[in-house]
Amino acid sequence: MQTLLLAVTLLLLTSLAFRAGRKRAFAMADGAPRNLHSLPGYYGSWVALWSGLPAFAILIAWLMLEPSLVRTLVISDLPAAMQELPTEKIDVLINEVRNAAQGHATANPDLAIAADHYIRLRQIGFAAMTAVSVAMALAGAAFAYRRIEPQLRARPRVEATVNIFLVASSTVAIFTTVGIVLSLLFEAMRFFNMVGFIDFLFGLNWSPQMATRSDQVGSSGAFGMVPLFTGTMLITLISMVVALPLGLFSAIYMSEYAQPRIRAIAKPALEILAGIPTVVFGFFAVITVAPLIHSAGEVFGLAVASESAMAAGIVMGITLIPLISSLSDDVITAVPHSLREGAYGLGATKSETIKQVVLPAALPGIVGGVLLAVSRAIGETMIVVMAAGLSAKLTFNPLEAVTTVTVQIVTLLVGDTEFDSPKTLAAFALGLMLFAITLGLNVVALHIVQKYREKYD
Amino acid sequence: MNMVQPQGTAKVRSRGLDVFYGEKQALFGVDLDIRAGEVTALIGPSGCGKSTFLRCINRMNDLVDGARVAGSLTLDGDDIYDRSVDVVQLRAKVGMVFQKPNPFPKSIYDNVAYGPRIHGKAADQSELDEIVMTSLEKAGLLKEVKDRLQESGTGLSGGQQQRLCIARAIAVEPEIVLMDEPCSALDPIATAKVEELIDELRENYTIVIVTHSMQQAARVSQRTAFFHLGKLIEVGDTEQIFTNPQEPLTQGYITGRFG
Repeated sequence: MQTLLLAVTLLLLTSLAFRAGRKRAFAMADGAPRNLHSLPGYYGSWVALWSGLPAFAILIAWLMLEPSLVRTLVISDLPAAMQELPTEKIDVLINEVRNAAQGHATANPDLAIAADHYIRLRQIGFAAMTAVSVAMALAGAAFAYRRIEPQLRARPRVEATVNIFLVASSTVAIFTTVGIVLSLLFEAMRFFNMVGFIDFLFGLNWSPQMATRSDQVGSSGAFGMVPLFTGTMLITLISMVVALPLGLFSAIYMSEYAQPRIRAIAKPALEILAGIPTVVFGFFAVITVAPLIHSAGEVFGLAVASESAMAAGIVMGITLIPLISSLSDDVITAVPHSLREGAYGLGATKSETIKQVVLPAALPGIVGGVLLAVSRAIGETMIVVMAAGLSAKLTFNPLEAVTTVTVQIVTLLVGDTEFDSPKTLAAFALGLMLFAITLGLNVVALHIVQKYREKYD
Repeated sequence: MNMVQPQGTAKVRSRGLDVFYGEKQALFGVDLDIRAGEVTALIGPSGCGKSTFLRCINRMNDLVDGARVAGSLTLDGDDIYDRSVDVVQLRAKVGMVFQKPNPFPKSIYDNVAYGPRIHGKAADQSELDEIVMTSLEKAGLLKEVKDRLQESGTGLSGGQQQRLCIARAIAVEPEIVLMDEPCSALDPIATAKVEELIDELRENYTIVIVTHSMQQAARVSQRTAFFHLGKLIEVGDTEQIFTNPQEPLTQGYITGRFG
């Protein structure tokens, strides 16, 4: 609360600095901005940056350092006997001190003293930080304010600062990705220390358990990912068989045949489909599609499992229709009108023009869109968790229950998990494989789409 | 005031041709005859309706939403806008070359073979080869591309692309070739080549060319029609139009006073 108040105060100071800077620039220019190097607003922004940046830097640094600093000081004031305890015990003590500081009584008089100490330290620290940051805000503003003169190159400086902000923002995104990949990689390495890489990659059995005692019966786990990947591929294939024709045909209809009025209604309707959460599609798969396939199978005398690759694949295909359709629609519409006219001018019919000129020209873009859809299908989790089943059977029969990589990651990590058993670490290895595959597909897809773009611009 | 040609020599004949795009009228009662075996140039300032007239002849305007045509427009005496007319067959008879070269993203061979294929002009592969070669030859492109017929047509230079489009149009063996500012996207050398080609094609085809360049009209055409604000102002032999225009508007345009 106090911190929030301080932040608001600093913002207020910054905006005052902006106004002051702009006003001074106006005054320097005798009211005619053409006498200045930059527009007056840039002088204001420059002063505001000088005022705000150092102050907020101090605020953020304090927020990050304060807990460990206060902790060290509190520990150093505890009785010597307590200080010699192992780290975990000290952590417990510090927690108790914090609780006591928040008003919960503590039985230990030493800790009560420490709690008072803790409160006092935090108050002093906060007061000092407030003083310093406000002083910095004022000093920075004053420094910049006094340096304003018509020749000052305010705009390039402000723009350079903004540039740094932009770079920093994108760096955060990139480093997050790198961090996630690295953590996947390290955990996967730990897994591969326990289970052989070749066994994992080419093993035909998946039964992720580990013995808790060495004499346990049936204790040896098997970590072959092949059944999982065939499951994933099977469901992806089924979903593509559903999504590709439906998506592509609807895109052709929307872009080439639909009246503008129909298009205006149908396109947003299709986009609503894209907005439905996949968990809802999961219900749909379990409650409607799976029983339907089951009873349809009975009519033909086929044994269909109640959870089947078919049900999950069909429903996943439906979720991918909007993606394929809207991407294909975009590339089909982007085919230059002059190409269509060229074909019509030679006496081609509408369908000949579409089949022989428009679609071939749009093909690279369509392929790119389909690859994006495939990588989405491979990574899709919710629908398969609900509808595909859990049995890691190596089968290509779409009427049986299969399991996928994503489903297994979910089951491995749900519930209480210990992070030193291969069972849990296997999830990271699977995640890494999944990541590698979808990354590869996305790179190929983007490359194809880009190549296509270059052709007509 | 329009000079109407005696019947018999006219390949395309328009009488009182009005064209509307939605509410806007683009052509007002145009009476114009296009003679067989000649190059007719349509000139006039931008938006004067010359392209609209051109696109009526092969009904390209059908593709524009809200386009409507009134009056009569005939090809060899048959009404182009009659309900019984098959647009596909009409366009096989009336080929078109566009302002911007628009080869299909296919091989050079397939670009030229496209028209003959969809119209079933060739009985077998060797006949198709024959048509493709002859068309490329007629378009003056064969020498430059004969070793790379399987390469993409979009990889050619602008001038070559435009001659490829001309080869593609004449491969269907049309009777009329419409050209909508065929050189406006080309450099002077490529333009000279295309103009030369137009002159050669005149022997076998009736050509209608829309152009913004009066020099071009003077160089390649035998007859010139001047349009202004959707009306046909004057039509006559090219030499007469450029040396002795009858209408003050024509005079003003060709001397560069407006346009």
